[in-house]
Amino acid sequence: MDPRRTARTVSDPKVRQVGFFTPAPPERSISDPPRFQDPIQPPSPSPTQVNDHSPSGNSLSPVMIPPAHHHSDNFLRTALQVTSPTKAFSYSAKTVTIPPENEDVASSFSPGRKVVSAKSPSSFPGVKASSVPASELTTVSVVNLPPGISEKAGGASVEVQNDRPVSAKTLKEKTSKAERRALQEAQRAAKAAAKAEGTKASSAASKVVTSANTKPSKAAKSSSQKNDGSQVAASEKKGGDRAPEKDRKKDAPHPRMQYDDKSRVEKAKKRAVVKQTEARNRVELFRHLPQYEHGTQLPDLETKFFELDPMHPAVYKVGLQYLSGDIRGGNARCIAMFQAFKEAIKDYSTPPEKTLIRDLTARISSYVSFLIECRPLSISMGNAIKFLKNRIAKLPLALSESEAKSTLMLDIDRFINEKIILSEKVIVKHAVTKIQDGDVLLTYGASSVVEMILLHAHELGKHFHVVVVDSRPKLEGQLLLRRLVRKGLSCTYTHVNAVSCIMQDVTRVFLGASSVLSNGTVYSRVGTACVAMVAHAFRVPVLVCCEAYKFHERVQLDSICFNELGNPDAISKVQGREEINYLDGLVNQENLQLLNLIYDATPSDYVSMIITDYGMIPPTSVPVIVREYRRDHLWS
Amino acid sequence: MDFQVVVLAGGNSKSLTPLVSKDVPKPLLPVANHPVLYYVLHQLEESNLKDLIVVVEGEDAGLLVGAWISGTFVDRLHVEIAAVPEDIGTAGALRAISHYLTAKDILVVSGDLVSDVSPGAVAATHRRHDAVVTATLCCVPISGSSESGSSGGKDKTKKPGRYNIIGLDPRKQFLLHIATEIEKDTRLQKHLLHAVGQMEIRSDLMDAHMYAFKRSVLQEVLDRKDTFQSLKQDVVPYLVRSQLKSEAVLSGIRQAEEDGNEKVSFPNNQVMVSQILANASTPSFHELYSMDADGSAQTRKTHKCCAYIASSSSYCVRLNSIQAFMDINRDVTGEADHLLSDNVIGPSPKLGTKTTVGPHCMLGEGSEMGDKCQVKRSVIGRHCRIGSHVKVVNSVVMNHVTIGDCCIIQGSVICSNVQLLERVVLKDCQVGAGFVVTAGSEYKGESLARKEK
Repeated sequence: MDPRRTARTVSDPKVRQVGFFTPAPPERSISDPPRFQDPIQPPSPSPTQVNDHSPSGNSLSPVMIPPAHHHSDNFLRTALQVTSPTKAFSYSAKTVTIPPENEDVASSFSPGRKVVSAKSPSSFPGVKASSVPASELTTVSVVNLPPGISEKAGGASVEVQNDRPVSAKTLKEKTSKAERRALQEAQRAAKAAAKAEGTKASSAASKVVTSANTKPSKAAKSSSQKNDGSQVAASEKKGGDRAPEKDRKKDAPHPRMQYDDKSRVEKAKKRAVVKQTEARNRVELFRHLPQYEHGTQLPDLETKFFELDPMHPAVYKVGLQYLSGDIRGGNARCIAMFQAFKEAIKDYSTPPEKTLIRDLTARISSYVSFLIECRPLSISMGNAIKFLKNRIAKLPLALSESEAKSTLMLDIDRFINEKIILSEKVIVKHAVTKIQDGDVLLTYGASSVVEMILLHAHELGKHFHVVVVDSRPKLEGQLLLRRLVRKGLSCTYTHVNAVSCIMQDVTRVFLGASSVLSNGTVYSRVGTACVAMVAHAFRVPVLVCCEAYKFHERVQLDSICFNELGNPDAISKVQGREEINYLDGLVNQENLQLLNLIYDATPSDYVSMIITDYGMIPPTSVPVIVREYRRDHLWS
Repeated sequence: MDFQVVVLAGGNSKSLTPLVSKDVPKPLLPVANHPVLYYVLHQLEESNLKDLIVVVEGEDAGLLVGAWISGTFVDRLHVEIAAVPEDIGTAGALRAISHYLTAKDILVVSGDLVSDVSPGAVAATHRRHDAVVTATLCCVPISGSSESGSSGGKDKTKKPGRYNIIGLDPRKQFLLHIATEIEKDTRLQKHLLHAVGQMEIRSDLMDAHMYAFKRSVLQEVLDRKDTFQSLKQDVVPYLVRSQLKSEAVLSGIRQAEEDGNEKVSFPNNQVMVSQILANASTPSFHELYSMDADGSAQTRKTHKCCAYIASSSSYCVRLNSIQAFMDINRDVTGEADHLLSDNVIGPSPKLGTKTTVGPHCMLGEGSEMGDKCQVKRSVIGRHCRIGSHVKVVNSVVMNHVTIGDCCIIQGSVICSNVQLLERVVLKDCQVGAGFVVTAGSEYKGESLARKEK
């Protein structure tokens, strides 16, 4: 590779101790660096022992990330907290999204069945000559909703009470209680301030403050009681420029919630459809990520099957599959989600006195938040949702409902076909040119694109060998391996522990990615970074295959800020081998914390090339793609 | 959620005579002072399933059940009653109402099920795996499996449901084998075993008779197999048996449905989409089996039969024998009292002096008891008149029963409008409706009923 990059690796603090630093012992920083140093790394002239602990790491190359890693982390976090008011706003908007569906249900089940119930009870089927006499249905009991409930209700809140009496009521009461308390506290604080100051002027000022404080909560309250349409209308009133921005914030893949913020977590829980029991022992550094007691969510969601009226069955099924891990992989999840949305749109009908654009957006949002509760969205899904909402928002008002629906369904199909399938084909076409006879290709995990590349190259008659590197606990590589071996490819299977040994023979590394961020960081299945680093140390080119719709403008320097936590039990127990039970009984101990990360971030230094549907680009060109792609496709 | 619910309430049950008669069809048999159908309907209502079809055997029974439902659940449930001829079996009953089934999936619940297994969970499991049939299995209650000699002699002969042999895959998700008859030996299918690799055979699970079916497949099977009488003994075993060589008709329908859903101009891309989706999920043995050795397209048609295994803490009993009737009565008033939402003890009955009512008892409204009575672990219905010095232990006394002084009733069922004269001693007896037991008589382990005219 080019000399510039090798020079950079020297000073690069690849030893990212961020994940596991303990605040106390300073002597570790002395003892550690040699251990972390790559043994294969050629001896470097400049000091390699740049340590993340010392903020005054003196020998950094100018391109480097500021070394005070926890500082930057803090910075990021505080930055997030600054943005929190808007987030709160979007939450309140989300709570609002329940009513329209309820109304739909309420209206649908009162008149719906009358057709069938018109059968007369006296006509019995004895007349029929068939061997199996058909029988008649007699309606004996009908649910009569009080007539005109929707008029009486005026707002959606009454309908909520009507339909889901228990949950909705408690939810409402509780939020209002919290708000009341907030209000009270604000007033109390104001009073205290006034007393302390003693002067009238200051008290007046504080009053202003309290009123400012209470206002948002009031506003939120009233808006949550009103239906969603007014919400959107309100946001629209503020001007055309700001609305899409807000939308964007709402649509973003929603990793911004800080799960160590107790009050917010509580609020989110009340809203949640899926029961979320938080796991107890969580690794300190990752407390801002959601982690739930695994095994509690699925049964609870299952029992609620018929109670989630607003949820479309297809969406529900996808959520269930996310939760149980039946569907995984960025592309598959995205496709499954879009197919579910397509079904939902197909069955959608605009409730009276609402417009399709607004109501459907709200409904999609509610679906999305349900899916998030099942499993955090991947970045690609966030992009896809953004696309869909944008399409909905851009629908011409004059369009009739059926036209609008068919347009949207076509859009969804187009997205799946163009952004996922076709781009995969293009990637395959590009990538195959990089495979020569006699190559030894290494891949990690099971990426759908990489699989297609390998199969296609095989079909073209190229002779190469594949090394599938896998890792516990998911062992996805085995599935890939199975399919490859069936097709007749010659393969080697190994675990990531052995990657440094096998890397000597490898000529190219193909990796899939969950996302590529605009600083070139590749966000992918945990372990990818490790493989890329080893490959880099052995001077093996690393080719990352990623569709352009997975690119994201975010910049991420580590894999801590945004990540996903998997089931800790998955790593503490070895499936299928009950005799390995060394951790039995220890799992709930206070001083044991299990960490099962799902993703990691590979710095762009280790990536030689990114193969995307726009061609083969260096990681530094990602921002261009992000910018152009957005302009061309998403926001058109 | 695109589910339709069919409650198979049944009609007259021979295994429950003399408790069940023309006036009291099986769905209306009171269990802890509520008709047994109430438990199912209540459970469904709790799960927000409000559109039901109740199938009753016999027209008279249908009218009775209809009248009761419209009285009890008016404004709460939307129930349609279908009366089918007697003795056509559960499959026949479904066949009879088959043209009313329109939803994608059908939930079939037996009307004699007293349980707290959530129907939603069954439906969710069904949907998750896109199964053809999902059967609910629950642990056999301990009291049910032990052969208690105290029960009436009759029900011993008819307990086909007790010895289910159920084969599950290692992950306990799929149903591989189900046999309900007690036979000397059971045949397992070799190719199934071969495909799965490992099968867990359980005999401690009971089929709760709550099934979720894919509607198209169910109707297909019912149409094609005219001889199938029972869901449990014919239809479900058939589907389980044929899951790896699913008949072309079944799959043909599904294929057509899928094609109908996804008519897009990129047929080639559709294949890729489905392949990506298929690769993303952990393949069950069905998919592995259906693929050829070289991994080419699916050549063999399969369908999935799932099992939902209720947790051992949940309560689930079917009322299909007198013993079960006694057990349910005991449990509903005792350990499983959460099944009843409303009050267990009615408005205070009149008790004589020195009369004791033990725990786990239930007294209906308007019942009167004389002096020095003892009631233990029993259910007493509405408007009963019980004399002095009466002992009622482990028994069920239904409505409008008159019991004379100094009677001793143990482990017995006394139906409505029965008159027990003085000094009657009953042990492990069933007394049919309207019977009059003469004074001073003693019975043990007998079934007393009026002669049918």
